[in-house]
Amino acid sequence: MSASNEVDMSQKARLSNFQAAMVVARRDFVAILFSRSFLFFLLGPLFPAVVFGMSGGLGAAANQNAPDVRIALQMPSEDMAAILAAHERIESELGRGGVPHFYLFDPADGHDTIDPEALIADNSGIYGAALTGTLEEPILTGTQDRLRMWSGHVTMHLALARNQADVSYPALSTSLVTKSGATTKDRRRDTAQISMTLLFLLMMLLAGMVLSNLVEEKANKIIEILAAALPMEAVFLGKLFAMLAVSLVGIAVWFSLIGLVILSGSDFGNVKQTLMGMPDPGVGWPLFSVLFVVNFSMGYLLIGSIFLAIGALASTVREVQTLSMPVTMLQLFIFFFASFTLIDGAPVLEAMAILFPLSSPFAMTARAAQSEEIWPILIAIGYQALWVAIFIKMGSTLFRKRVMKSGGGGHNSNKRRWYQFKRSTS
Amino acid sequence: MDIAVSDQVQAGNAVQTEQASAGHPLAIEARGLVKRFDGTLAVDGVDISVPEGAIYGVLGPNGAGKTTTLRMLLGIIDPDEGVRRVFGHDRPHDIARLIGYLPEERGLYPSMKAIEAIAFMGALRGLSLPEGRERGLELLERHDLAHAADRQIRQLSKGMAQTVQLLGTLVHRPKLVVLDEPFSGLDAINQGKLERMIRALADEGTTVIFSTHVIHHAERLCEGVAIIAGGKVPYAGSVEAARDRIPAQVRLETRAREGAWTAALPEDARREGDYFMFSLPDTGVEPLLRQLIEGDAGILSLSIERAGLHDAFVHIAGEAAAKQLEADGHAGNGQ
Repeated sequence: MSASNEVDMSQKARLSNFQAAMVVARRDFVAILFSRSFLFFLLGPLFPAVVFGMSGGLGAAANQNAPDVRIALQMPSEDMAAILAAHERIESELGRGGVPHFYLFDPADGHDTIDPEALIADNSGIYGAALTGTLEEPILTGTQDRLRMWSGHVTMHLALARNQADVSYPALSTSLVTKSGATTKDRRRDTAQISMTLLFLLMMLLAGMVLSNLVEEKANKIIEILAAALPMEAVFLGKLFAMLAVSLVGIAVWFSLIGLVILSGSDFGNVKQTLMGMPDPGVGWPLFSVLFVVNFSMGYLLIGSIFLAIGALASTVREVQTLSMPVTMLQLFIFFFASFTLIDGAPVLEAMAILFPLSSPFAMTARAAQSEEIWPILIAIGYQALWVAIFIKMGSTLFRKRVMKSGGGGHNSNKRRWYQFKRSTS
Repeated sequence: MDIAVSDQVQAGNAVQTEQASAGHPLAIEARGLVKRFDGTLAVDGVDISVPEGAIYGVLGPNGAGKTTTLRMLLGIIDPDEGVRRVFGHDRPHDIARLIGYLPEERGLYPSMKAIEAIAFMGALRGLSLPEGRERGLELLERHDLAHAADRQIRQLSKGMAQTVQLLGTLVHRPKLVVLDEPFSGLDAINQGKLERMIRALADEGTTVIFSTHVIHHAERLCEGVAIIAGGKVPYAGSVEAARDRIPAQVRLETRAREGAWTAALPEDARREGDYFMFSLPDTGVEPLLRQLIEGDAGILSLSIERAGLHDAFVHIAGEAAAKQLEADGHAGNGQ
């Protein structure tokens, strides 16, 4: 029997696109998961965390050692005593952090006069302003921002210093409510913002991984074997699935570690406090969590398909870096663009952010946090899936058109061909 | 008198282009394939017919369009014009399981074990991984590489890695095997092994098409060739027919240097040392022999030398293409 007859059963003579994608995905997933690079990938967020922690610690230490900026106070002794009494009273009401502090230049100690301008200009940086004159005719000297910041406080001190006995603070009764439309809206907006930022950070961190994948594939020169055996769309889809699965494993590991740290009683970076303080999203936490993962997946597939196309076109790491720069900028732009969904009274911008495929996952995450309607989110997910398919198709077409070319043969061969898949074959 | 025929002269059996496939179903059929890259014409109207079960060579210098042609035949890229059919199918990916492909640039995942690499390549063509491993082990054993089954590709020698990739190309038992410059980078021993493998595949009924810029591989192995130069295929057909395009050369050695008998020699006869060289007359050698004997030329030896594929290549593709082909052969891979 000839092969021509045998291939009448052609439906069995090839894998379906999904099966083909799974063959590629399985190989990539296993290869990446058991590679050293995945370990580095898992440890990746530790570095910024450590840097953040160290810089925070250094900052705190620096703040601790930094001189406390004060107001130099020089007045007659009795006026100064009255101001200090007022200060103690105000501080007891507003708390220590709520009021400026004074450094006293008491005439009783020989400080009959001070030069405010010289004190403020002094490089020690202790004196932010100077209060001189008398209670009846006080003069506050300082830079514009200090005057703006402290004028009110100083006036309050002076008023209280003049009329200590006549001022009384009434006891305030409070009544607690658990629900406030204004508060819920505001805080859901906070939830939306935090979720979008988290989504953005995860995608930034993980999408770069896609980039190197095809470069590596080309370095291994196996891409042509894949392209000969499988439709390029299936190859791209398989690679994206693998990278997505790897990134979800990474996220699961990170979140599990954070959970363990919180369960252990510590609250590194105030994560627990921040999470506990977040209000219920519009669709509720369980569904919001699922939608967050789905939106992340769609966003990752969308940006990943673009990165994959770039990785396919580039033949060196340098080319990848050059080509990916605009996409990274685009990611930043998309994030800020998607933030329009958080602004009240900008329905057109919000609609654009939802319709633009790359910003849609961000916009719909924000919407899931703020709104209780689920159907628009589901429609958007379908819409995003459609764009994933379009991007993959475009990427694979581009790949076949631009990359799978060879050799310096034919006519007009002096044209530049830096992007060619290989340069020296026929 | 010593009369020898240095090759089988099959006068009158010249097989013209396309007739090679007469009576055989075609594994590959391409008509008018054209491919441009950014306005550069890489392949310009290629016609190829490869009968099932044949060993077929695509012969041409580097840059001639061989790889692009093979990629179009395999569906890796689509032609801008023309049609291609593999086992009657317009879309080669639809019958991926029937095809095995070894690209010129060999590629394997360096961290994969040899057996896994073979199984993975089988999986790409629809074989299950366990079956791929089982068949892969059989193939490795058959090629004395069973000891390398669990070694990573990066731990193998270049020749072993190439063999592993070739076995991966064959693990799903394809009906058509396409090899792009399969001999490049191989030493003489491995080239011999590969030639035997190709013949064995053909003996089993597998169609083998390979590209090469080394004429003697094509001459030794192929029943049909496509000569490709500058993106065009000036000849596609049987190797025999290609050789028959150049008349056989007669080499005559005589005792007498001069005489009336020289008038009987064909017009293109020329002296090369002690010999006369001329094209075999259409009437054959017998009338000429008679005249030489009657003219007392004193024939010492007469041989009829058939043109080789190299001569045919020069004749068909031109001197420049032949020189480039030769240069590729020397510079390319030390072949």
